[in-house]
Amino acid sequence: MTVNIPELSLVVLIGASGSGKTRFAQQHFQSSEILSSDACRAMVSDDETNQEATHDAFDVLYYIARKRLERGRLTVIDATNVETRARHSLIALGREYHFLMTAIVLNLPENVLIERNKIRDDRHIPHNVVHRQLRALTPSLSRLRREGFHQVIMLSSEDEIDGFKWKRQPLWNNKTHEHGPFDIVGDVHGCFDELQALTGKLGYRLLRIDGRYHIEHPQNRKLIFLGDLVDRGPGIMEVLRLVMDGVDEGSALAVMGNHESKLLQKIQGRDVTLSHGLRQSLEQLDQEPADFTKRVKDFLDSLVSHYVLDGGRLVVAHAGLPESMHGRGSARVRNFALYGETTGETDEFGLPIRYNWASDYRGKAIVVYGHTPVPYPQWLNRTLNIDTGCVFGGQLTAFRYPEKELMAVPALKTYFDPIRPLGTRTESESVNLQQEHDSLLDIADFMGQKRIHTRLIGDVVIPEENTSAALETLSRYAVSPQWLIYLPPTMSPAETSTLPGILEHPREAFSYFHTQGVSHLICEPKHMGSRAVVIVCRDEKTSRVRFGVSEESTGIVYTRTGRKFFTYPELDSQVLERIREAVERSGLFTLLKSDWLMLDAEIMPWSLKAEELLKEQYAGLGRAALMGFDAAETAFSRAQERGLALSELAERFSGKKARVEQFIQTYRRYSWPVRGIGDIKLAPFHLLASEGEVHSGRDHLWHLDMIRRLSAVDPGLFQDTKAVQIDTNDQKSIAQGVKWWEELTEQGYEGMVVKPLFYIARNSRGKLVQPAIKVRGREYLRIIYGPDYTADDNLANLRQRFVGTKRRMALREFALGIEGLNRFVDREPLRRVHECAQGVLALESEGVDSRL
Amino acid sequence: MILTITTTYRPATDLGFLLHKHPDKVQTFPLPFGHAHVFFPEADEDRCTAALLLDIDSLDIVRSKAQGRKMAGHYVNDRPYTISSFMAVAIAKVFGTALSGHCRAREALPDQAIPLQAHLSVLPSDEGEPLIRRIFEPLGYEVEVQKTLLDPAFAEWGEAPYYAVTLRAVISLHRLLNHLYVLIPVLDNDKHYYIADDEVAKLLQHGKGWLNSHPERETISWRYLKHNSRLTQTALSRMAYGSQAGSSPEEGPSHRPVPLREQRIQTVLDVLKASEVSRILDLGCGEGELLRHLIQEPVFNELVGVDVSLATLAKAKDRLHLDTLPERQSRRVKLWHGSLIYRDRRLEGFDAATVTEVIEHIEPALLPAFDRALFEFARPRVVIVTTPNREYNRLFESLGPDTLRHADHRFEWTRQQFTDWAEQAAAQFGYQVRIQGIGPEDPVLGSPTQMGVFQRK
Repeated sequence: MTVNIPELSLVVLIGASGSGKTRFAQQHFQSSEILSSDACRAMVSDDETNQEATHDAFDVLYYIARKRLERGRLTVIDATNVETRARHSLIALGREYHFLMTAIVLNLPENVLIERNKIRDDRHIPHNVVHRQLRALTPSLSRLRREGFHQVIMLSSEDEIDGFKWKRQPLWNNKTHEHGPFDIVGDVHGCFDELQALTGKLGYRLLRIDGRYHIEHPQNRKLIFLGDLVDRGPGIMEVLRLVMDGVDEGSALAVMGNHESKLLQKIQGRDVTLSHGLRQSLEQLDQEPADFTKRVKDFLDSLVSHYVLDGGRLVVAHAGLPESMHGRGSARVRNFALYGETTGETDEFGLPIRYNWASDYRGKAIVVYGHTPVPYPQWLNRTLNIDTGCVFGGQLTAFRYPEKELMAVPALKTYFDPIRPLGTRTESESVNLQQEHDSLLDIADFMGQKRIHTRLIGDVVIPEENTSAALETLSRYAVSPQWLIYLPPTMSPAETSTLPGILEHPREAFSYFHTQGVSHLICEPKHMGSRAVVIVCRDEKTSRVRFGVSEESTGIVYTRTGRKFFTYPELDSQVLERIREAVERSGLFTLLKSDWLMLDAEIMPWSLKAEELLKEQYAGLGRAALMGFDAAETAFSRAQERGLALSELAERFSGKKARVEQFIQTYRRYSWPVRGIGDIKLAPFHLLASEGEVHSGRDHLWHLDMIRRLSAVDPGLFQDTKAVQIDTNDQKSIAQGVKWWEELTEQGYEGMVVKPLFYIARNSRGKLVQPAIKVRGREYLRIIYGPDYTADDNLANLRQRFVGTKRRMALREFALGIEGLNRFVDREPLRRVHECAQGVLALESEGVDSRL
Repeated sequence: MILTITTTYRPATDLGFLLHKHPDKVQTFPLPFGHAHVFFPEADEDRCTAALLLDIDSLDIVRSKAQGRKMAGHYVNDRPYTISSFMAVAIAKVFGTALSGHCRAREALPDQAIPLQAHLSVLPSDEGEPLIRRIFEPLGYEVEVQKTLLDPAFAEWGEAPYYAVTLRAVISLHRLLNHLYVLIPVLDNDKHYYIADDEVAKLLQHGKGWLNSHPERETISWRYLKHNSRLTQTALSRMAYGSQAGSSPEEGPSHRPVPLREQRIQTVLDVLKASEVSRILDLGCGEGELLRHLIQEPVFNELVGVDVSLATLAKAKDRLHLDTLPERQSRRVKLWHGSLIYRDRRLEGFDAATVTEVIEHIEPALLPAFDRALFEFARPRVVIVTTPNREYNRLFESLGPDTLRHADHRFEWTRQQFTDWAEQAAAQFGYQVRIQGIGPEDPVLGSPTQMGVFQRK
């Protein structure tokens, strides 16, 4: 015989010693699905017959069982399970994870068992043990269903055991193979006219042939109904007819709502109160023929609590469903899907206060639900309530999947008075549900090892110690998480040059890209300031509504480690206001159809942020060295007057002095006093994002063109970034690039940045290529490697530097940055954006040669 | 970079004998971090000058085993050019015999006080000229200090923390060298090697006969021993009679003792005991100072310290001796890594939370998140918050009008500001709050610390 066992079953083998459970299990199930008490005894005590280790063995068995059940894996328990108490604990375990309980009883007569035990060579079970086991088991065999097993398979002879076959059966709610496209419709409550209008608007044609509906859509879309089709409204039977016909012909799906459940109970003859609009259903049902009632009863009886669709990416349930219940089947799952969960308290209208499962939701699947009327649908942690209270005079709303668009029609009238007022129907000017929820992030989402999936390079794994370090930085120094959308990636230098006296040279950068198959490059000067991310909003409302910040501001400027850029509040607001004005006047807000935009920029002078570093490290070195060299020179000349042979030493020191003087000249270039906004220069080079778009799909010419519009209206603040395009297949073009680098560095620029013309570039194997390579100037490198780095033996040593780690980091940080931007633009929950920023900070805490 | 020693003793060229270096030679000695050159710019009967020139390559230091932690992080560094602890090492290596007071050629001369002048071309001092004077003048030197601007191109950057210093005295050469050997690293305040136990012995050996009577012996020991309190304590107590063994150098001997801290702890402890609580969170526990006192009270069943810094938590674990405490004691105490601006479910269900001297370290923009995480979600029955009273800062001599008490403080509140915050938070989240001062109360400016005790309604 072949039996069906649901895929989410906890299979409990029951049988006395010698009944052949272990062999049976191995014969019919995958070895990884079997948890054997004997094997666990062996694991903890090296002896699978050691009864004294039973307690510890079951600890291990339960621990593994929990992990498997949590992950939704069918699991077989290979133990005698003859005692009621043992089965009771397993049933409790199954319930906890909403698993179906299947008992397979190997019910052989005592004499067979005793014979079998005699010929066992691995161990001998005394007769009295088997006898005792059977005495415990036999009386409970008829009670197994009552104990809580959904399915009992009784195999009472060796023939039955040998003939056993089984099939894994998907649960009714498993529609993962259906990929849509879908249109999911909220609570209809008999509003047939509105349903007709909505389906029409969605592009469906409803045909009526021979008294039956046919639902057609040119793109073969499918309707999904979230339950509560019945009660309250005027066209309940017509709604039912349409949905039943659609479900029958496969053009619609429906899950059960609490109103269907109650109507079914009534039809089944149970005593229920005729409240909440049930009366309308019954009155309208009375007008229909008896066989229609029968059809409705069968239909309602067939409805499942929820569906898991599209490979697990979409879940629909009337009142929503937490992730631990997705795809599971139990009374508790059904209850949750139909009624939601309540806190036990009631509100001022006497309605139960609902536990807000959505605020704790962390699942990957989108959950679309209804049940509780809301003024307008709002996302919260990838869940969406689309019950907009049509029957109460609101709207009938559909959610289009995978487009993630909403479509709605207004109610023609108020058919039923709501107990609790529906609330205003316009999106308010304040923060939305998600932002309100995100105003305080949960630390559990930002601790331990993190695996962040990026669209550019797949998973980025961040070790726990780095996450912890980043959490400290975020907590102590960073701007509000609401602002911290993006942190720029680190940038690798070119491979080391072999030219005499030179550590970095553009040729290595060009040839890196060339070997990666990227021949169209763009070079930009590397401004010597401090990296800054600028978010500009059109007005305070935008920063409140779009970013969810509570501070009154129109944007922010922060550093590459997420700190506020300007420490003087006055300067901060002056600069922001000036940027905002420039963006407004440049027409960028209009052009980009956005009320905000985000810039990646360099702010000069360097001394503005790095004055301490400049003073303590660079100027300090310069001053100390000059004082020392002066004293040494005096001593040299006196000694030489005495005729001591010191010329070689004196020459050596004068060489050192000259290099320190060059060093001083270099750092002085990047420093000027800032007395006000007039002394500040802002050089943006990327327009990172604006509403609806991350601009990583554009080439750098577009970015520079956008930014030129800013410097055109405010050349005092904005500094243009010039650019030269290079074709790596053309030697002349390469020579031009080299020449430009020489000119730039002579003019005092830090160096040059070489990028693929397109923001995101991949090589022929599809691997992401460095988004940028820096080529720093010979003099600039003096303040990185020290005044004497150009001395021959020093240079030889420095040439052994290795850029591989830095490049791997740059790619991962770049991928995280782009990911965070996309998630923000897609309006994902803040924790999903914040983890990307944390990831970049975490990678930065990794110890990489800071001179690279 | 260069140290010169000049004498006008006659015959001045005896300096060559004293230093064991021939005045007409240029000699070079290898060092772990570069080379030392010795030559004599002047050498006649009336006046003789020996120069010790260090030739250090910063890249060599980075590579050498002798590098310290700070050096490794900073490739661009002033230390190859200053009179740093490298110079002290060079003195011991190149002038070792003179340092120990021996001279075969002129046996009586090493102990004889002769007119000497030492010129230190680039002496660093993080506390400016006064520190240099405090350290050298009590030893009988006439001290000449020459200051310069850090960078004449940026006059607003002010004075450089390097000084050209000339010391003059009639003193024996080996005494002078011992002074330099000990005091150069003291001024450098940044030794390039890790502190080892034998540094105490070196300090006592080279400080023999002068250090224990030096009025700044505590500062000298503390800085010489790299701010290591255990070693400083040992050194001071091993110094001969007249030393004040037992004084706590915890905060650096030059700073005043801080009884305020203890008053704060006692007050918090009293409030907790009166509140009949047994499970307590210490949010922002730092190195566990408050926890150390809470552990002493058996009525507190469960103590959890939370801090955002893993390094600080590791120190707390050490200082509380969690690894060696009896298990029944250590089981009561837990240390968790966490952050006060995120919701943290682990913190729910406690009787009380203490947040002492913590909120002033939080960015003001993040305070609303802190309020919610603490009062809305962790929601202990009793919350104790302490923070500095900014008004009182006027009574601290060392603080300027706009300076805060700690570099990491993001703000310090007046009593009104603190009261406003506390009352607003209490009203918003259903608490009652009582505010009081801790420490000596000034009739106008209040107490140095202010405390809010929140009671859940």
